[in-house]
Amino acid sequence: MTRLLSFLALVALVPGAVHAAPEPIKVGALIAVTGPAALLGAPEARTLEMRVQELNAKGGVGGRPIQLVLKDTGGSPEKAVSFARQLIEEERVFAIIGPTTSGESMAVKGIAEEGKTLLLSLAAAEAIVNPVLPHVFKVAPKDSLAVELIFQRMQRMGITRLGLLSSNTGFGKGGKEQVEKLAPQYGISIVVNEVYDKNATDLSAEVTKMKAAGVQALLNWSIEPAQSIVLKNARQMQLGVPLFQSHGFANVQYARAAGGAAEGVIFPASRIVVADQLPASNPQKPVVEAYRKAYEARYKEDVSTFGGHAWDAFGILVKAIEQVGPDRVKVRAAVEEMKGFVGTAGVFNFSPTDHNGLDIGAFELCTVRNGRFAPLGG
Amino acid sequence: MTLDLALQYLVAGLTYGAIYAVVAIGFNIVYSATGIINFAQGEFVMLGGMIAVQLAPSMPLPAAIALAVAASAAVGALVEVAFIRWLRKPTVLRMVVITIGVSILLREGALVLWGEGVRSLPYFTGDEVTSVAIGGARVSPQVFWVLGTVAVIVVLLEWFYRRTLLGWEMQACAANRDAAALCGVPVRRLVTFSFALAAAIGALAGAVVSPITYTSYAAGGPLAIKGFTVAILGGLGNSGGAVAAGLALGVVESFAVSVLPAAYKDVVTLTLLLAVLVVRPSGLFASGEAARLKEF
Repeated sequence: MTRLLSFLALVALVPGAVHAAPEPIKVGALIAVTGPAALLGAPEARTLEMRVQELNAKGGVGGRPIQLVLKDTGGSPEKAVSFARQLIEEERVFAIIGPTTSGESMAVKGIAEEGKTLLLSLAAAEAIVNPVLPHVFKVAPKDSLAVELIFQRMQRMGITRLGLLSSNTGFGKGGKEQVEKLAPQYGISIVVNEVYDKNATDLSAEVTKMKAAGVQALLNWSIEPAQSIVLKNARQMQLGVPLFQSHGFANVQYARAAGGAAEGVIFPASRIVVADQLPASNPQKPVVEAYRKAYEARYKEDVSTFGGHAWDAFGILVKAIEQVGPDRVKVRAAVEEMKGFVGTAGVFNFSPTDHNGLDIGAFELCTVRNGRFAPLGG
Repeated sequence: MTLDLALQYLVAGLTYGAIYAVVAIGFNIVYSATGIINFAQGEFVMLGGMIAVQLAPSMPLPAAIALAVAASAAVGALVEVAFIRWLRKPTVLRMVVITIGVSILLREGALVLWGEGVRSLPYFTGDEVTSVAIGGARVSPQVFWVLGTVAVIVVLLEWFYRRTLLGWEMQACAANRDAAALCGVPVRRLVTFSFALAAAIGALAGAVVSPITYTSYAAGGPLAIKGFTVAILGGLGNSGGAVAAGLALGVVESFAVSVLPAAYKDVVTLTLLLAVLVVRPSGLFASGEAARLKEF
């Protein structure tokens, strides 16, 4: 009797199986939505959700919808590692977008390579793609390019004595290394070189040290809200020198948190943060404007470089799948050979030796004027 | 080091020390009345800042801060009634676990309510770039507000404990809870009141310091650790000790940056704590004998 019942149940299920919906393509994401890098991760998560919904509304990729499996790592490399394993081994995702920060990316890249899963990191440190691993790519411009752009300007301003502050995260360490490596080439000596904790809420002691050493400029390299605090500390102490930040400053909320203290700060950013001020001839303008309008309309907040990275990573992945179909090996190769992809961070040209695809043209030196980001010009 | 620079480090140290001291006072108030270390104290400081920022656009600043303090006090009382009151003769470990759990609850609640962004109140006088000279040092006028507020809190608390009936009753509770109950002291209500008071003080400190630093949903944790360190250093239950230890710690940390790499700031704090605990486990200012008579 039970045999008959189970046979009937099986038969009943068959028509259901035949009419099943097309199987979704699972895309994993490791994003630091909360934690010290939340101002990077939260826009990235929102951008991904927005793009997945838009794409699925149009029928997905090749008729298959995308299923986004997003894990909040809190900016912690340990959590990123455990979620990466979960995404690769349990969820068997097609590809992973993220992680948000350099520290997490360095921790996870080996795991992605072992699991032969495509990893599109949103973080800056050059070490992520140098040495190159076949499955590991990154869509954020290299920190060394940001440093070079800053140093070029400093050289023009005649600055030779620099005070450097960096946070104890992968991003801060990566930037610090590049600054120390490139400074001699531009005739700049680092007279004060301090590292602070990512949760720091006050940097006045460090800034005092700089005042004591008589620096001609202050450069801060971090992605935490301490970026805003250091500006306030420096202005209240009347340090009196030009203040530079890394491209980690490129979320206008950091400028707002610093209020008047942010005026005149100089930092590199991708063109998206000054999208409305770009000339019409710029090839990135249509892409960047479209993203900005959609994001600001939906989430009622300003775009940042970081959401743009997520936009780029998703776009690159989707384009590759559209080109060669949802085959892991072919998609990896397609990404590696992609040229001329116009993204928010710049125009990408990947190659087997360059898994970043961006050059110094990706950055624009910006400043803060009347509480808004503007190209520095000059 | 020139006098100007020393002054600059000193003022920075005093500002932070004052905040640590206030958090430690919050720990002490609850500890005195109940024997419990309330690890959610850092979250009360965070709540003060966050609620004040939430209300600030719609009302004058003093009103926003007053309401934030009242709201935090209410949350403190609620925490006591909901979680602490039920327990009969809880062990120290259980209390620690519960209060840490409460702090996580409050932190995640703040995340849901206000998101992950950072916020701060506008400066009470001046703005982000105003700067006042003290000798050769230059500081934000907000520093005076912080130091002034902490001084007022300490003085008022001292008056409260020494000169008011409620303060005496709380001291009785701290000295011997059962005896106080036998004398007609409303012990349960006082316990709730002590949580509310600690929360209110923490919230006021959180509001007054938020222009200089920032508040975000996660700002409570590190503060609680520093505040706890200071409370131990000064002797648990000794509020005067907490103030002295807090200011001392802030200044030591600040000057440490002038000789050591800034990354070692916390190493200095914790080394100091360990050293003091080895030499004088009851804290710098507590009486050794009195400490031996306490349970914790």
